[in-house]
Amino acid sequence: MSLAVELESVSFGYRAGQRVLDEVDLGIGEGEFVAVAGPNGGGKTTLVRIVLGLERPVQGTALLFGEPAHRFSRRRVLGYLAQRSELGGDAPATVREVVSAGRLAAGGLLGPLRRRDRELVAEAIARVGLRDVADVPLRTLSGGQQQRAFIAKALAGEPALLVLDEPTTGVDAESQESLAALLDTLHTDLGVTILYVSHEFGAVERFVQRLVLVRRTVVFDGPPGDLPGLWHDPSHTHARH
Amino acid sequence: MLDTEFMRLAFGAGAVVGVLAPAVGFFLVQRRQSLIGDGIGHVAFAGVAAGILLDVSPVLTALVAAIAGGVAIELLRSRGVAAGDQALALVFYTGIALGVVLVSAAGALDVGLFQYLFGSILTITRTDVAVIATLGAVGLGVIALLYRTLAGVAIDEEGAQVAGVPIGAVNVALGALAAVTVALSMRVVGILLVAALMVLPVSAATRLAWSMRSTFFLSMAIGLASALAGLTISYYADAPPGGTIVLVAAGAFGLAALGRAFAGR
Repeated sequence: MSLAVELESVSFGYRAGQRVLDEVDLGIGEGEFVAVAGPNGGGKTTLVRIVLGLERPVQGTALLFGEPAHRFSRRRVLGYLAQRSELGGDAPATVREVVSAGRLAAGGLLGPLRRRDRELVAEAIARVGLRDVADVPLRTLSGGQQQRAFIAKALAGEPALLVLDEPTTGVDAESQESLAALLDTLHTDLGVTILYVSHEFGAVERFVQRLVLVRRTVVFDGPPGDLPGLWHDPSHTHARH
Repeated sequence: MLDTEFMRLAFGAGAVVGVLAPAVGFFLVQRRQSLIGDGIGHVAFAGVAAGILLDVSPVLTALVAAIAGGVAIELLRSRGVAAGDQALALVFYTGIALGVVLVSAAGALDVGLFQYLFGSILTITRTDVAVIATLGAVGLGVIALLYRTLAGVAIDEEGAQVAGVPIGAVNVALGALAAVTVALSMRVVGILLVAALMVLPVSAATRLAWSMRSTFFLSMAIGLASALAGLTISYYADAPPGGTIVLVAAGAFGLAALGRAFAGR
């Protein structure tokens, strides 16, 4: 299997002498659905930024589809849902307007969206189950629906790698389950590689192929079933069945 | 009122600025950079002072200084030299200080400065209107071409950066658009009030609109109506046009906020 993400002995610190990540080795194959979990402050968001090429490791190598991540040439294949995704401004952007922003890189920067781009936007909205509220302002929707809209935005760019950083922050347990099921469907239907990063992994545990626990370095990497029982999240009890 | 040429010219210039200022301001407000117009305005003041000192058209030197200021704010911010509001403060205070020193050196600390600080739309010439209309049309054309990109980056700048959108170039383009708007609006509402015309119509529209696109168009409509109504009121009330235009825009915001409050009940 060729690798979508490859980190080899990656270390990183924002200041000299301080390591946020230390000797991290991680490979994610194309088409895999992997959850990266760990405590707050454990280096997860930094890991995401290195994977996406937004930060360069101070030591080791970070590759995206075989290219150095910081100068990856095919960025439009990356879909990214940032931590605490929310609208930048106050204008009442509709779901369709938010999702259309996902076609920015692929659809060109000048002029209006072409017909094909508009079709892909509508398709992405339908996939996440928001067709009925496509022209409704995002801010009037629930937290779970808003996250679905941001996932649709990432999907509209037809990503080969979808990276979600703390996608369930501020979302209730029921919506978390629903979001995890949606990601599983997208993974199965589209074959997209998914990197799900969160401080808790209960909602996606039954869907992911691998679970990686990070606390400055990788402390566990394997199928969720191999994880010691006391590490599982009791708020998602179905996960172990 | 329209029998006099100075009022016809004033309405022409006011209409262009009334549409352009909120069109650019829309993107600044969405990115929570509402005060950037003020920062650029203060740099434009240094440009005016340089023009007076060098005996060159102050509008031209203000345009050059405003573009330099707009780009400088973005470069300071994006390269991490100073955080967003600090970059703005740095350019803001340097601009006003440089302006005061240059104006003093030129011996021009007098009422002549008022036309740049508070506007002088009633002294506008045909040539001024032609320049404002041409640059205004170019500005609106660029916005029409870049609308989707500017809106997309306002929605999610980091996501756009990850996907390979050249954020730096987009931000510099927005800074340059803001600078051109400030320089053009200087004669209409003045350096001290230009940012108001970029922000207040957008704030009013946000309270009435149902989408980003409708907010954008409603902002321009409110800006245009504020400029035309403000000029009309100032003509009959013998009030300063720049201040009256901004007060009308502030009134529009008040009405929009009230309307939304009543609609929400």
